[in-house]
Amino acid sequence: MSTTIVQNKEYKNKQKTKDNFISAIIGFFAFVWIFPILWTLWTSLRPYNDIISYGVFSWPRNLNLDNYFQAFRVMGLTKYFLNTLYVMVPSVILILFLGSLIAFVVSRYSFRFNLTLLLFFTAGNMLPTIATYIPVFWLYIKIGDLFGNRSLLYNNYFGIILIHVAFQVGFATFVLSSYMKTVPKEISESAILDGCSVFRHYWNVMLPLLRPPLAALGVLMSCWIYNDFFWALILMSEDSKRPVTSALRQLQGQYITDFNLLAAGASIVAAPTIILFLVLRKQFVSGLTLGATKG
Amino acid sequence: MKTAAVNKKVRSRRSLSRNDRFTLGAFVGLPTLLQVVFLWAPTLITVILSFTYWNGINVADIKWAGFANYKNIFFGSPVFYDALKNNIVWLLWFTFIATPLGILLAYQFDRKIKGHRIYETIFYIPVVLSLAIIGIIWNFMLQPGGFVQGVMGRDIGNAISIWGNYDINSYVIMALASWRHIGYIMLLYLAGLKAFDSSLREASAIDGATEWQTFRKIIFPTMRPVNVIILVITIIDSLRAFDLVYIIYGTSTAWPLLNILAFQNFAGQGISMKGAAYSVIALVLCVVPILVYLRNVFKEDLQ
Repeated sequence: MSTTIVQNKEYKNKQKTKDNFISAIIGFFAFVWIFPILWTLWTSLRPYNDIISYGVFSWPRNLNLDNYFQAFRVMGLTKYFLNTLYVMVPSVILILFLGSLIAFVVSRYSFRFNLTLLLFFTAGNMLPTIATYIPVFWLYIKIGDLFGNRSLLYNNYFGIILIHVAFQVGFATFVLSSYMKTVPKEISESAILDGCSVFRHYWNVMLPLLRPPLAALGVLMSCWIYNDFFWALILMSEDSKRPVTSALRQLQGQYITDFNLLAAGASIVAAPTIILFLVLRKQFVSGLTLGATKG
Repeated sequence: MKTAAVNKKVRSRRSLSRNDRFTLGAFVGLPTLLQVVFLWAPTLITVILSFTYWNGINVADIKWAGFANYKNIFFGSPVFYDALKNNIVWLLWFTFIATPLGILLAYQFDRKIKGHRIYETIFYIPVVLSLAIIGIIWNFMLQPGGFVQGVMGRDIGNAISIWGNYDINSYVIMALASWRHIGYIMLLYLAGLKAFDSSLREASAIDGATEWQTFRKIIFPTMRPVNVIILVITIIDSLRAFDLVYIIYGTSTAWPLLNILAFQNFAGQGISMKGAAYSVIALVLCVVPILVYLRNVFKEDLQ
């Protein structure tokens, strides 16, 4: 008996050394992983002239936030951040609202097409975006012409919001409907017995119960829509209306030589999603995993 | 019992008032309309357009082309095979290197290895960055006079062209793609492992199994549903690959992918429906993995 305990202890000690070794290796890779970001931050704190005169590896003579002030002033980032808000806030609200509608009907009322509907929405989220470019572009211009205003959808926040909603509502539907399956059916049954209308059943009974997945999805969707810049590149013709990530992409060409300024710009634009992830990590992870593995 | 349940369902449908039925119709109809108009119909139209000649402006100018666009791609465009090769390289790299690394990391973090919380955060940060930012960061790291060239002892005068050299750029692109993919897979797998019964692991440790044996023989097989989903996500992502390479090369075909070729033919000079054909090829390749994904995710509902 005592020998097995000793053996066990020995084994545990051996495992501990091994674990420390593994942790050190992963630590090294983690450093490599984060290094490009740290290097960008570091560069953003140094004046352009220092790099030009002494090289990228030189000892810092001046460290300050000048590049950050400069980035806001020269690049006009504030305006672009506002554009992002105009697109992001309505898109996220609409995605959550429409996604919860479908998920509610599919999981609480039985129709013949329930599963088809769910499959249709989930598959829609996985289609390659590129396959829709030509028709969407054309449709936007034509709908605009039809109403006598070419910028009704094209070159308009409204158009970008619509396309984000169409593409992401499938994911929201999927996540919310798999969450709703875990909500006891009895709650709905008693609501129906009490003579609740469909709308009240949705609005007053189900929606409050959906707060956790809605929060998780809201965080995730905000991050995705904030980061997307392709639709805005394609469907916006005016530079000044672009959201901040698309604008940054355009500014990259303009300020390619002043890398310290560009690094500061990139750091500013990266900050919101990184902070969002660090602060609301739990929501972030649960939104992602509810969607991918149904866990 | 079953008939009782069916009866109940039927009754509950019949008992809906007209108002309620209208509400339900609107609840389903509104989002469905949006999906059909802006997603499914455009995709379908692209499939049709891939069999036509068109410049993208007037509908009256659309001319039937039969399989001409596809013939042109398969027999007259060597770049198509380069793109296919790159997509396959991407797929193999993700399946056999990046995804397993993500899984391995998840496993180590799940064991609460020293520093696991900070490591998890670090590996996930590239996933929350916009590609616009990633492009700037890596361009800066790799450009002449940048950090990587400096470490290799090359100053601006004798810098190597990383993006222009095919032998190097494939590795660099794979590394950059992995920079995002590994963290994503790590987080997904980690969530799957959280649901894993830890008593199984303890039992195997008492039996004297090493950590590697425990992972290979017990944890990995038990995680089969998650494994399948992660594999399918990896495949779909590899076939849809586009944005990272677009950020680096724009619409040039220095490192072609199917979707880059599609986009080049839409957004380059003069729209050509060859682009539609390219995107249909990419779409067709995605269909099987998407079906496998749906079947796995909705397994219970489909039965």
